[in-house]
Formats: sequence, C-alpha cells, structure tokens
Amino acid sequence: MDLKDLYQDVIVDHNRSPRNFRKLADATSVQEGFNPLCGDKLTVYLKLDGERISDVSFEGSGCAISVASASLMSEVVKGKTVAQAEQLFEKMHALLTIEDPERDLESLGKLAALSGVREYPSRVKCATLCWHTLKNALEHPETTSVSTE
Amino acid sequence: MNARHDSLHIPAVIPAFDALRWRRDFPVFRQLVHGKPLVYLDNAASSQKPQAVIDAVSDYYQRYNSNVHRGVHHLSEQATAAYEGAREKLRRFINAASIKEIIFVRGTTEAINLVAQSYGRSHLQSGDEIILSEMEHHSNIVPWQLLREQTGVELKIIPINEAGELQPGAYEQLFSPRTRLVAVTHISNALGSVNPVKAMIAHAHQQRVPVLLDGAQAVPHLPVDVRDLDCDFYAFSSHKMFGPTGIGVLYAKEALLADMPPYQGGGEMIRTVRFSGSTWNVLPHKFEAGTPDIAGAIGLGAAVGYLENIGMASIRDYERGLLEYGTQQLQSLAGVKLVGTARHKAGVLSFVMDGIHPHDIGTIVDQQGVAIRTGHHCAMPVMEHFHISATARASLAFYNTREDIDALVQALGKAREVFR
Repeated sequence: MDLKDLYQDVIVDHNRSPRNFRKLADATSVQEGFNPLCGDKLTVYLKLDGERISDVSFEGSGCAISVASASLMSEVVKGKTVAQAEQLFEKMHALLTIEDPERDLESLGKLAALSGVREYPSRVKCATLCWHTLKNALEHPETTSVSTE
Repeated sequence: MNARHDSLHIPAVIPAFDALRWRRDFPVFRQLVHGKPLVYLDNAASSQKPQAVIDAVSDYYQRYNSNVHRGVHHLSEQATAAYEGAREKLRRFINAASIKEIIFVRGTTEAINLVAQSYGRSHLQSGDEIILSEMEHHSNIVPWQLLREQTGVELKIIPINEAGELQPGAYEQLFSPRTRLVAVTHISNALGSVNPVKAMIAHAHQQRVPVLLDGAQAVPHLPVDVRDLDCDFYAFSSHKMFGPTGIGVLYAKEALLADMPPYQGGGEMIRTVRFSGSTWNVLPHKFEAGTPDIAGAIGLGAAVGYLENIGMASIRDYERGLLEYGTQQLQSLAGVKLVGTARHKAGVLSFVMDGIHPHDIGTIVDQQGVAIRTGHHCAMPVMEHFHISATARASLAFYNTREDIDALVQALGKAREVFR
C-alpha cells in the first residue's frame, strides 16, 4: 500500500484549504459529530430549502482524512436533494467499508479520492464522521451530537 | 604496578546495557511490518512479551492446567503452587510485607475500581473529599466519579503547569478536614511526568489520609518499593510490564484490606455459605472471587523473574539515557513540539507537529514500520489543559535503542514529505 493512495493530492489540498469551512448563520439544521477514539469534533451546518440543500458548511478540528472528507462532502452535496444526499451517504459508506472490485468510482466524482481509506481500517471512522453527522442533520433538524463509536 | 596486578584489575567501566541482547528474547521482533523491521514505540499502551513469559503460560496449559485451591489431585496442587508462587514473586518485586497484600485483579483499572467500590463505599460519605490530579488516566478519574454519584463525595483536582508537572504547592492547599483519600499517578502515561509521590504520601499521612498510587507506568520502568514509598494502595497491570494481558495487581496494606468488604462475591472468596448469610475467606482470597486468571498470574510471575534478572535499576538508567536522546532528537526537528517537559520524566515522548494531525502522523510512520500511539491517551483532561485534541506519543522500553528513535525521526520526515 502506497501512502499516496491514502493521501492523494485532492486530500492533501482539501486538508490544507478546506472548502465551506465556516459557520452558517441562517442554517436550518446544526449537528455536532464526535469521534471519541481520536477526539475529532465536527459541526455540520445545513440550510434546507424544501427538499433541497441550498447551503452546507462545517467547522471543527481533525486529521487530514476527516477534514478533507468533510470538505469534499460539502462541495458535493450542495444543491442536491435530501434523497440524493442520502444516496451519496450509502455510496460513501459502501466505498469505505465494503470490498467491491466492481465498484463504480466514476459516479462518486471527486469523492472517489477517499477510496484508499478502506485499506486502513483504523481510519475509516475519520472519513465517515462527517457523513454520519450530515445524515443526522438531514433526519433531525435540531441540535444534538452524533458519535462514530 | 606489575603485570600480575593488572590482570586482577576490575574494569572501571560497567559494560553497557545491551538492549539488542534483550530484544532477542522477544519473538515479536522477528518480523517485518510493511516490509520494514518493527520499531515498537508504543510501550506505554502495552509492552511486548519475552519468550520466558510465553513459555510459562503455554507450559501451564500444556502440563498442569487445572483449577487452584480446590482439587487434591496432582495437577491442581501444581497449579496452586505456581499461582501462589507468582504471588510471592510479586510481593518480593515490590517489597510488600506479606502475600496477603497482593490481590490479583484484571489490571490497574479493576484495582482502582476495587478500591473505589470496596474502600470508598464503606469508608467515605457525602461531603468527604478525594484529591486527584489533572494528569490522571481515565481509569483513575471515572471510578471516583462513579463513587461520587453513589455517595456524594467531592473530587479535588491538583492542577498541572505548562511543563506537565503538578503545580508546586497546589497539592498541599487542597487538603481540608474533609480530605479522606489521595489517588494520583506515579508516572503520567500521556506526559511521562514522574510525580514526587514519596513526599506527597508523607504529607497525606501527616493528616491521616491514605494514598492510592496508579503505578501502571512506573512498575515496568523503575524499582518500586511500596514500603519505602509507604503508599496505602498501589495498582499496576501485567501487560505493560512484559506479562500477559488480563491480569494485574492491587497492593494494599493488610490493615486496610482487613477492614474492607469484598468487592465481588462468588467462589473462592468465601469461608462458609448459608442462605442466612456467608462468611469471608482470609486475605488475599477475600478479594479474588471466582476462578482467577491462573495462566496470567503465572505469566506475570515469569515477567517479574525476567525483569529481576535484568535489574530494574539498570532498566531505569538505560531508559533515562534513551529518553534524553529522544528528547534532543525530537526537539531538533522544526515544527515539532513536545507536550510534557517535566524535569523528572520517564520514557514518554508526547508531541505535536505543525500542520499534521497526530492521526496522520501515526498512519504514515506505521507505513515505515514504526508503531506509536496517537490520540488522547485516555487522558482527555490533559489534552484539554494543552488545548489540543490529541498527541502522537512514542513510549520507550528497555529493548528500544537509539536506532529506534532515529527510525522515528526519519519516519516523521516522511510525514512532512506527504504534507508538503
């Protein structure tokens, strides 16, 4: 396993300059995610316009995988419907946890940059924390916290 | 001086500590990790096992596996002799007065929970105070919080300074007429700080307050003499001192144990059982309900024998030199900051790196065969004190060498490269 498969240029770039890394003043849903294993904390802000995610942002501290995953997620789900975002959650979950040589990386677009994480079982939770937090935000439009443990 | 005298001359230089010789006793090092020789720097989490320990465990299962203190048959007598023999080895190793004071438990965590639940619930009341420190492992915080919920005791916390030492003078100021117990760590697992426990115990005893020491990080690295320390309770784990997992020791002064109710009920810990009521076995068996971890105790006894052969004072001195070298090497790296710079430190190098999260450091150095721990090290209050969520931690044992530190430094260079 080459470290470059895990720390692809896209990941290193999104870690260095995370996109949508800010508080969303007019968020309709705010959820916190926490990984007690490493102490990573993440807040996901969502603005729902009916069934559409009109804006999304995040704040927090974490490792490169965790920050890049949240940054990529925020770019990808912006403008999507709730149903589309939930489909992406399922796809990401499968990408990170299931061995599937037939998997369709193309449909994941830039999210495919995280495919190397599956080879590092101890790091999968770093990449999934933001997605679990997003899912929680979609399902519960109030403020509570989600844990990956 | 003639030639005859020269031949009798004893060399003034003591032979250097031969870490590589000892390392050969550990079969785990006969492997490559990610194609590189294993550099194991996660000893504060768990240490490796020498062949002597592995053989002792295996020998029990192969030749005399049976229950202890029960059967009159040959195997049971052998198992009992080996199990109680291990207890005597532990007694001698920490210089306890009697084998009655050596309670086999699952580890440091269970030892502290035993004291909290047995001693704490029977001796402490609402409003009584327990002194802990900010550098405690969660296992010396949470049992006291559970006791707080059950009894209403209050917890007083000795703060730490920026070097990761207990703030001078703060401890003494926390004492009040309601202070009933002090529970502090001998050596911090996250920072490596060695606390002035002997003086702290003396101070507590002046106020007639007993002291529990968490010795998990001390027993594998320096000579521990519980009678010299005069501590009342001392807890430690086998797996951090080159013995098997799942076993550890609670040392407690006999007078305290005699006055404490059982922690768990079951077989072994009773003298008589009737439905109208039961009576308790003598010490130490009163605190060892159920079939104990016989193989574990025998393996731990073997670990003690192994350590005694090397000599704990030699181990302490060797690791001190290695820590100095590691400290210099890490401090010479740009963007690396040590967390925990106490004047009195044991072999723990906790650090953070500019722009690289500890988890990423851990994964990258692992690819170079270097095993370190990353995270909060079960010491979240320490992380909070330094306003960080995690550190990378290299922790030493006597089988580590300067070359291991060099391998870590080189692997950290690789981490820089990945994030350049």
